[in-house]
Amino acid sequence: METLRPTTEDEAIEAVGWACQGGHALEIVSGGSKRGLGRPAGAEVLLDLSGLAGIALYEPEELVLTARPGTTLAEIDARLAQHGQALAFEPPDLGPVLGAGPGLATLGGCMAANLSGPRRFKAGAARDHILGVRAVSGRGELFKSGGRVVKNVTGYDLCKLLAGSWGTLAAMTEITVKVLPAGEKLRTVLVYGLDDEAAVDAMTRALGGPFEVSGAAHLPAGIAALSSVGRVRDPGSSVTALRIEGPEPSVLARTASLRGLFADGHAIDELHGHNSSAFWCEVGEARFHAAGEGILWRLSVPPAGGAAVAGRIADAFEARAFYDWGGGLVWLALPPGTEDAGAEAVRAALGPAGGHATLIRAPEELRRRVPVFHPQAPGLAALSERVKQAFDPRNILNPGRMGGTP
Amino acid sequence: MKMPEPDADVIARRAGIARALGKIVPGEGVIDDRAALRAYESDGLTAYRQPPMIAVLPETVEQVSAVLKYCHGNGIKVVPRGAGTSLSGGALPLADGVLLGLGKFNRILDIDYANRCATVQPGVANLAISEAVEAAGFYYAPDPSSQIACSIGGNVAENAGGVHCLKYGLTANNVLGVELVLMDGEIVRVGGRHLDPSGYDLLGVINGSEGLLGVITEVTVRILPRPPSARAVLIGFPSAEAAGDCVAGVIGAGIVPAGMEMMDNPAINAAEDFVEAGYPRDAAALLIVELDGPEVEVDHLVDRVAGIARELGAASIRVSEDENERARFWAGRKSAFPAVGRISPDYYCMDGTIPRRRLPEVLGRMAAMSDEFGLRVANVFHAGDGNLHPLILYDANNPGELEKAEAFGGAILRLCVEVGGVLTGEHGVGVEKRDLMGTMFSDEDLKQQQRLKCAFDPEQLLNPGKVFPVLHRCAELGRVHVRGGRTRFPDIPRF
Ligand SMILES: Cc1cc2nc3c(=O)[nH]c(=O)nc-3n(C[C@H](O)[C@H](O)[C@H](O)COP(=O)(O)OP(=O)(O)OC[C@H]3O[C@@H](n4cnc5c(N)ncnc54)[C@H](O)[C@@H]3O)c2cc1C
Repeated sequence: METLRPTTEDEAIEAVGWACQGGHALEIVSGGSKRGLGRPAGAEVLLDLSGLAGIALYEPEELVLTARPGTTLAEIDARLAQHGQALAFEPPDLGPVLGAGPGLATLGGCMAANLSGPRRFKAGAARDHILGVRAVSGRGELFKSGGRVVKNVTGYDLCKLLAGSWGTLAAMTEITVKVLPAGEKLRTVLVYGLDDEAAVDAMTRALGGPFEVSGAAHLPAGIAALSSVGRVRDPGSSVTALRIEGPEPSVLARTASLRGLFADGHAIDELHGHNSSAFWCEVGEARFHAAGEGILWRLSVPPAGGAAVAGRIADAFEARAFYDWGGGLVWLALPPGTEDAGAEAVRAALGPAGGHATLIRAPEELRRRVPVFHPQAPGLAALSERVKQAFDPRNILNPGRMGGTP
Repeated sequence: MKMPEPDADVIARRAGIARALGKIVPGEGVIDDRAALRAYESDGLTAYRQPPMIAVLPETVEQVSAVLKYCHGNGIKVVPRGAGTSLSGGALPLADGVLLGLGKFNRILDIDYANRCATVQPGVANLAISEAVEAAGFYYAPDPSSQIACSIGGNVAENAGGVHCLKYGLTANNVLGVELVLMDGEIVRVGGRHLDPSGYDLLGVINGSEGLLGVITEVTVRILPRPPSARAVLIGFPSAEAAGDCVAGVIGAGIVPAGMEMMDNPAINAAEDFVEAGYPRDAAALLIVELDGPEVEVDHLVDRVAGIARELGAASIRVSEDENERARFWAGRKSAFPAVGRISPDYYCMDGTIPRRRLPEVLGRMAAMSDEFGLRVANVFHAGDGNLHPLILYDANNPGELEKAEAFGGAILRLCVEVGGVLTGEHGVGVEKRDLMGTMFSDEDLKQQQRLKCAFDPEQLLNPGKVFPVLHRCAELGRVHVRGGRTRFPDIPRF
């Protein structure tokens, strides 16, 4: 496939304008870590935005950072760390799980996919941290939305709309995000030996209490055995993990009272600093599933029902699930070769409580046939299609990647 | 303020329209008595008044859908209205339009503690949600000052904020799902009880849509466990600069307070006259910093905030010792609007946002403008997130003074944009800031926003005349203008 690699915003406008004029379909990438996610776009030309890179503005005291889409998350993290700050939504690098390797993920890709890590339920999603954007629509026209301040209701928030649009509405050329102070101190309480249902109940109690938990995950024994952290891997049982962050005296007090919830004879341990960070990184990036070739699903469900949903799927398949977001996010692996990736059964398992299932990893041939993103009710699907046309009337930006017309 | 030209043909059909709507919403659901319609002639922006042609108060989503479908089929404009507290004229009726009131949608449908969310009808008051979940130790975080009255549907439509949004986010960050009826009557559901709906983030644009994209008929919000304790620190400063430095110092130290509010000297004195909150009357600027969380954390952070304030030259520091005192500290801030209302016959509340560090400069220039326009101004300010609320004092009975106040307000908002900020932080564009949109956005920026509007409401019958300074027809906006003769850009690196 031919590649266009603009290095300025003007060149990006020019490239998309050309594609619009001639009706050439573009596949948009920045780092390329998530190229294997979504329906194969069937594009003619690759629009590579990795040449639009670099941090344009960072004002720690204003908690704001502006960067071009091709800037790697690694570069941004390093820069923020110098000031004790971070992207609070913990953008995960899905490169390893998608077979693209680590370190490629960029700000542009992370926002386009609206991917958020374990702190999602407390700190918000990627889309909650995007303050402003400059982008080129499928019409080849530059527009901006938002600004650089947190409180802003001036016009529709197109930033949020572009977040999670997987490059199907516009090519972002500059992104402004809100950054936050990183937690001073970090502890993770580990509870061993709970089954999935009991673990989700425990997480529900923890999240409904005054502990300000900022991560709540459950790994069944088979998954815990794959952890890189000894205290998680070695005991040979399931592990339920609850993260506490903040100023030191507060972390110590909350950790102690949280442990009190499990005083009735459960085996408990704690992870401190480094181990804690390593553990939440592997949870957020589903690293336990990085090795295999199997089918990988990511389900967002009402959290208290997470174990029940996974249980229904496990009745039909040899499924291996683990839970994040207090049960609200289920990562579920099915054996390679599962017919149609088990899509119907997985989606039916959500039941009337709702939620959605995304097919994160599957062979290209399957992703062509099976809807990668959760099918929408007809009215909503039609509305989404009209939104697509409002930005990309000739359907040249990642056509078909999210479904709709390829 | 120029509104879209009323359609004489529609107005001529008024009686027939009322009858048709009466069939959809029987009983007392349709109001066409001219005296009764006056109740809806304005929202919180009372400078603008226009009784609607007809008001309709449906009770079910099917009725909302049928009303919209009927209006859509007959080319009739519709203006949705919640509690009517908008400060930007978002719910200002149209002479040839139907006002769709959501007041009867006042039920809390479900409280789901296990999933930490509540599903409510749009007419439920903001505070009523917190009250309903209070006994179980939960609350709904966004807390606009109008929270006793304003509706959650209106909050979604305006993406309302409040004092605690610094730590807990605005409405948009706390809504999980909505049911929305489009102008053609189609009912769509977006999101639910889970996080991050699949597909395009339509919730992201429905929040803050100012009644232009659809009528919200159900909202699912997140509820949070109430923090075990909270304390407020009241800090007086001899200058606005010092107070601004303190705000930067607190944020720079990695502290995210639950709220961080500032008042200038005129606002301090107006509040003190009104509620005797114990504010230092001689301070040039007052900060109220609230910390919440477990007691140890709160005590720890209170000490750190007080330390930072002392270092930056605070003239007085008081820490609330109990809930009564904390409430008193807030009483002055919370009643700032009515307090200012007592020292002036009328006031006009502005709502720009600026980068925090530009605050002293902006206050200085605002003072100069105050002299220039000959109108006093009092400032309350969500300092933590840079959201200004200058209250311009005027007397509508003096000919020309309203116009002067509006001109002053416009100048303040242009200043906000000039220093890198925006026209509105939480009150919305409505009719009020509509004609200033061009100071922040290019033609193309606004056209792209309108194209989104067209995806929801191609005939532009829902709340027209708000937000957009120029109304383009959707067909015209949809046309792709291909600039001829584009070569294959020799300059872009290719492989
Ligand atoms: C004293 C005072 C203090 C205030 N303080 C704050 C504050 O601290 N923070 C803040 O953010 N705001 C504040 N406001 C502004 C106002 O209260 C908010 O904008 C509020 O969200 C409006 O809600 P409402 O129900 O009154 O909406 P309305 O005024 O009825 O309508 C507002 C807009 O929403 C649309 N709308 C209403 N309901 C629906 C629906 N169900 N579906 C679709 N569209 C709908 C209307 O068409 C209109 O455009 C204050 C107002 C007053 C008077």
